[in-house]
Amino acid sequence: MASEPAYRHLGNFLLAAVFAFLYIPIAMLIALSFNEGGMPTVWSGFSTKWYAELLKNSDIISSAGNTIVVAAASTGIATVLGTCLALGVETRRRRGSALEALIFAPMIIPDIVLAIALLSFFSLLGVQMGLHTIVMAHVVFNLAFVCSVVRARLKFFDWSIVEASEDLGAPALATFARVTLPVILPAVIAGALLAFTLSVDEFIIAYFTSGAGRSSITLPIQVFAMIRFGVTPEINALATLLMCASLACLALAQKFNRGMVGA
Amino acid sequence: MRGTSLRSNALMAPAVLWLGFLLILPCALVLALSFFRRGIYGGVEYVLTLSNFAQAIDPLYAGILLNSARIAGIATAIAVVIGYAAAYAIASAPRRWQAVLLFFAVLPFWSNYLIRTYAWIVLLNSEGLIPLILRWIGYPGEPPQLLYTEGAVITGLVYNYLPFVILACYAPILRLNPELREASRDLGGSAIATFLRITLPLTLSGAAAGAVFVFVLSIGNFITPALLGGGRFQMVGNLVYHQFLSANDWPFGSALSAILIAIMLLLLVAQAKAAERASGTARSESHG
Repeated sequence: MASEPAYRHLGNFLLAAVFAFLYIPIAMLIALSFNEGGMPTVWSGFSTKWYAELLKNSDIISSAGNTIVVAAASTGIATVLGTCLALGVETRRRRGSALEALIFAPMIIPDIVLAIALLSFFSLLGVQMGLHTIVMAHVVFNLAFVCSVVRARLKFFDWSIVEASEDLGAPALATFARVTLPVILPAVIAGALLAFTLSVDEFIIAYFTSGAGRSSITLPIQVFAMIRFGVTPEINALATLLMCASLACLALAQKFNRGMVGA
Repeated sequence: MRGTSLRSNALMAPAVLWLGFLLILPCALVLALSFFRRGIYGGVEYVLTLSNFAQAIDPLYAGILLNSARIAGIATAIAVVIGYAAAYAIASAPRRWQAVLLFFAVLPFWSNYLIRTYAWIVLLNSEGLIPLILRWIGYPGEPPQLLYTEGAVITGLVYNYLPFVILACYAPILRLNPELREASRDLGGSAIATFLRITLPLTLSGAAAGAVFVFVLSIGNFITPALLGGGRFQMVGNLVYHQFLSANDWPFGSALSAILIAIMLLLLVAQAKAAERASGTARSESHG
């Protein structure tokens, strides 16, 4: 789409402003995490001491461990369920709008609503809450995201190669392992990486379904408690590490499945 | 494989069961709870009542609901105007730059929400970067309180959801047939008339989808008002949180959640209907 030059300058200016708005806060956090004094107003020299502080903080280390357990478990379950769901939906003759709504719902429902719904549900059933209930909750939205990434890939899938394989007498499982899976694998991996990122970052649902004990605190719950307490330089270092982790997952996902992140 | 319904259903079953038990059933439970009475010592008394909804429209709480809707509405309007303009600028950029620009516009969306909100605490607090810059450029006297204001909450919401609006607006703008605009210009339509009568109506669907998304996530938001509003600006999300984790009034909290779900469904249906109508009108206009 070409525009007239007068508008082109306006557009460039606008884009520069929008990108500044989006990236200055993030860049500032990263810069501050290396600031010796830790205060935003004075630059007192380059230092990695806040990262060292972070490693000494046992609350952060244990909550990071919990987060990895929750993210890995929920991603594993969600990847299997979401991929099967995508295959099932795409091979069905009829697709009802109720089914589409069910798959779409976990992605759009406000976190706080799902959080209190699960809290009420688990308490009513008398389920002891902990890391396992956070996993169960995270699978709900993760499987929807995996499913949508895999479905996008299946839209371009040539089903005739599956028919060919089955006509030639290959068992269903062999057809899946040797024909279908190799084609959709990039999308499955990308979906899993996406799910992992979402689970690592998710706060509200984890907060409500983690139960009372300190033993099931995840990293975002810990971060929320720290932020409420006040601005501390350690959070800047932690924020930088978390952003690097998300970025790495996202870059990998994009590498496996080009076009997934909208670009 | 295609067309074997039994196998398709078997593949879908585990996920559908999971969603049935851990999404549909809990939401149905919330809906049910909203019609019961709160026990004297907290807990739930299984007596049917509409009092929770009556309480929700009591001026005190209705005020919070309306205030949430107003804040969400302002954030949505700002995000959609900026997001649409940014998407338009990206779609007008040289082809080879578009993918890169879009990628970097969406990228912040994938970083941690708490962290993105925290960044604004660091920017806005009285010892933060923005008051510092204000003093440096010669702001007369003490800079105003920026953090823990309504403006801070709105800024946080716009900041967090802008990437999604850009993404939602971009696709329809890119799909727009440039010949339609050229035709309008050739026939003597001014740039502004062309934009208002051709470009905007044909690309509004993306903006509408983005708007619904921002509004729904903003009105039920809990983190941003808690951190950037400092608890001074209660929104429905915080009210729900409070009912469940401190006031111990689950039926009332459930009623508020049911209202949130109703607003969400209403907007989604309205948007789907509007999108249907818009694409219908656009088709008949571009053909007729």
